[in-house]
Amino acid sequence: MKTYLPSRFIIERDSDRCIKCEVCVNQCSFDAQYYDEQDDIVRAREENCIGCHRCVSFCPTGAINIRQNPLEYKSNYNWTAEAIESITKQAETGGVLLTGMGNDKGYRIYWDHLVLNASQVTNPSIDPLREPMELATYLGRKTNKVEVNDDGTMKTKSAPQVRIELPVMFSAMSYGAVSLNVHKSLARAASQMGTMWNTGEGGLHPSLYQYADNTIVQTASGRFGVHAGYLNAGRIVEIKIGQGAKPGIGGHLPGEKVSAEVSMTRMIPEGTDALSPAPHHDIYSIEDLAQLVFALKEATNYTKPISVKIAAVHNSAAIASGMVRAGADIIVLDGLRGSTGAAPKVIRDNVGIPIELALAAVDTRLRQEGIRNQTSIVIAGGIRNSGDVAKAVALGADAVYIGTAALIALGCHVCQQCHTGKCAWGICTTDLALTKRINPDIGARRLANMLRGWSIELKDILGAMGVNALESLRGNRLHLRGVGLTDSELEILGVRMAGS
Amino acid sequence: MMQATQNEVTIDAAGLSFRELNLKLREEVACGAKKILLLNVCGQRYIGTDLDEDLSINIVGTPGNNLGSFMDGPHISVFGNAQDGSGNTMNEGKIVVHGHAGDITGLAARGGKIFVRDDVGYRAGIHMKEYEQKRPALVIGGTAQDFLAEYMAGGVLILLGLNLKEGEYHRASYIGTGMHGGVIYIRGAVDEWQLGKEVGVAELTDDDYQLLGQYVSEYAAYFDCDVSEIMSGHFIKLYPRYLRPYGRLYAY
Repeated sequence: MKTYLPSRFIIERDSDRCIKCEVCVNQCSFDAQYYDEQDDIVRAREENCIGCHRCVSFCPTGAINIRQNPLEYKSNYNWTAEAIESITKQAETGGVLLTGMGNDKGYRIYWDHLVLNASQVTNPSIDPLREPMELATYLGRKTNKVEVNDDGTMKTKSAPQVRIELPVMFSAMSYGAVSLNVHKSLARAASQMGTMWNTGEGGLHPSLYQYADNTIVQTASGRFGVHAGYLNAGRIVEIKIGQGAKPGIGGHLPGEKVSAEVSMTRMIPEGTDALSPAPHHDIYSIEDLAQLVFALKEATNYTKPISVKIAAVHNSAAIASGMVRAGADIIVLDGLRGSTGAAPKVIRDNVGIPIELALAAVDTRLRQEGIRNQTSIVIAGGIRNSGDVAKAVALGADAVYIGTAALIALGCHVCQQCHTGKCAWGICTTDLALTKRINPDIGARRLANMLRGWSIELKDILGAMGVNALESLRGNRLHLRGVGLTDSELEILGVRMAGS
Repeated sequence: MMQATQNEVTIDAAGLSFRELNLKLREEVACGAKKILLLNVCGQRYIGTDLDEDLSINIVGTPGNNLGSFMDGPHISVFGNAQDGSGNTMNEGKIVVHGHAGDITGLAARGGKIFVRDDVGYRAGIHMKEYEQKRPALVIGGTAQDFLAEYMAGGVLILLGLNLKEGEYHRASYIGTGMHGGVIYIRGAVDEWQLGKEVGVAELTDDDYQLLGQYVSEYAAYFDCDVSEIMSGHFIKLYPRYLRPYGRLYAY
C-alpha cells in the first residue's frame, strides 16, 4: 500500500564538506543514507530518517544537519500533524501504535513549578568545598524505635538496609530491551559510584554476577530469568507490578530483540515475543502481594529488602499503604513520564498521573497512617537533573531512579525508536552489529561522570540551604515553594506558594 | 518433638507459623538432614523454598500456598491436598501431590517436575519456560480449570483426565491461550472452543509417545496405577501455531 506519511526529517548535506567517506551510510541503522555509485555521491532516503543524529555526531567533516520536516498542514488546533499521521499509520497497518521512551505530551511538569530555598543572613549557607556533606541513603524498612544495650551495641534488630552513596539509582531496563553492553555499563558505573542498577525483568547475564552487590534483581509477571541464584545474587529484590509508561498492561518484548543470548536468560524460544502478562497471575490482591513478598523473603532468608514497584495511578496513596502493610520494604512509584522500551502509544500518552503529585500523596498518606518509616520511597519517571532529585527528596522521596537520563549519558538522543530494535546508538537493541557501539568501559565512565556531576550539584544545593545532610532535606517540604500552581495543586503537593 | 536418626528427621508442624517451620527446615538441612518428614502440616506456606539441595520432604497434612516456590532441588511428596501456587517459578526438584492441587500450580516453572494425582485449579502451568536441558513438566491426573498453560513458552504439560466419566469433557477453557513454546498432551475429551486461538491440534508422533510414556510411567509409579491402561486412552497434542502469537498486533 502506498504510504501517505510524509518524511519526518530533512537530511541536509553540505556537498562542499562531504568527502563521501560513507560513515553516515554505515552508522545509519534505519537505512536513511546510501552511496550512489553511479553519480559518486551520498544521498538520503529521508522517509527512513528517525532523527537520532547518529550520522550528525559521526560525520568527520560536519557535513550533515537533520531538521524536522517543516511540512505544514492546514492549521488546526485539534487535528495536529501527530493526530493526522497516527491515523494514517493505523489506516495503513491496522495495528496498535507502538512507541518507545516516555510520555512526550505537554502535561505540566511540576518540578518546573517548584523552587528550592537557600539560606540568607539569618542562617549561614555551607560551603561544600570545605565542609563534609552527606548524601548517603539507607534503603529498607526502619524500626519504630531503636533500643541500645548498656555496652552501646544495638538491642533493636534492624531489617536489612542497603546503603547508597547518592540518592540516584539506575532504573529497571531489561536485558533484551537494552543490550548486554548497556547492562555492563550500568553495573560498572553503579559499583564505581556506590549506587544500584536494576536488571529489569529479563534475568541477569552470567557475566554480571560480579556486580551483585550493586544489583537490584527484578521479578515481574513474565518471571523471566528468576531463580534462586538470581534472587540471592541481588542486594534488593524488586517485584514489578507496573510501569509508568504502561500502567496496567504487560510487556511484549518484540521477537526481533529475542536473540540467542536473550533466549537463554529468559528461557523462551529465540525470535518469539517475550510476553509479560498484564497482571502477575499469583497477585490479584494486596493479600496476594503479601504472599509473593514473603515468598521472596523466604527464598532469600530475610537477608534482602523487598521492593515493590507500581505505576503512579489515581489511587496510589491507598495502594501504597497496602503495599507497606504487605511487607514491601521499598516502594517504587513510576510516574506518567516514565519511559519504556516499547509501549502502546495510547497507553503511554494517556494513562497514569504525574510523579510529583503521586509522591506527595503517598508520602503524606503514609505519614498520616504512621507507617512512613516502614518503607523507603523511590520514584521514577522523567527525572532530568540534580534539581529534580533535590525537589523529589524534599517532597518525600528517599531516592530516585533514572532511566532515560542514564541512556542519554550513554548516547541516546530520545528518538523514541526503542521498540524497533534498530537503535543506531547501540543501546536499545540486541543486534550484535549495533550493540558493540557501546563500549562498557566508556559507557561506565560517561554514567559515572554524570552521577559525579549530580552529586556535586546536590551538595551545592544542600549547602546553599544551610544543611549538611540529605536526611535534613528529606520530606522537608518547607524547603519548597510553588510557582504558578493552583490552590488544589499546592494542597496536594503540601507546598506553600512562593512569597508566602 | 524432633527426632533425628542420621539424616532422617521428623518435625511436628502443629502450631508452628510458616516462619518457624521454614526456619526449622533450614536448620535441619544445614545440619545435614536429607530426609524430612513433616507431620500435622496445616496451611504453612513456602515449604521447600530456600533449601536448594537434593533432599526429600514428605508432608502429611495440607501445606499452604506457594509450596516449593522458587525451589531449587528438593523432592517434596504431599500426602494430602496442596493449595495454590505449588511449584511457583520452581527451578529444579519435584513435587508429588497425592490429592488435588489449587490454582496457579506450576506458574512460570523453569525446571523440575510436578505430579498431581487428581485435579488442579485455575491458571495451572501459566508461562512455563524451557531452555535446552531445562524442561519443566506438569502432569495432572484429573482435570484442570480455565487458562491452563496460558502464555506457555516451554516445557511439557500433561492432562490425563483419569477421573472423567464416560462422555465427560475436561473443564478448562482458554487452554494454551498465547502459547508460543512447549507442548501439551491431553487425554480425555476437549472441544475446540475450549482451546486458545493460538494452539494447533495434532495426533501424537512416535517421539511424542516416547516422551509421554516416560512421564506417565513416573506418574503411575507414584500413584500405583496401570501405565498401559492410561496410555491406551486417546491423546491429542497441542502445539503453538505461531512463534509470535501477537506479532501482528502492532504498527511499527
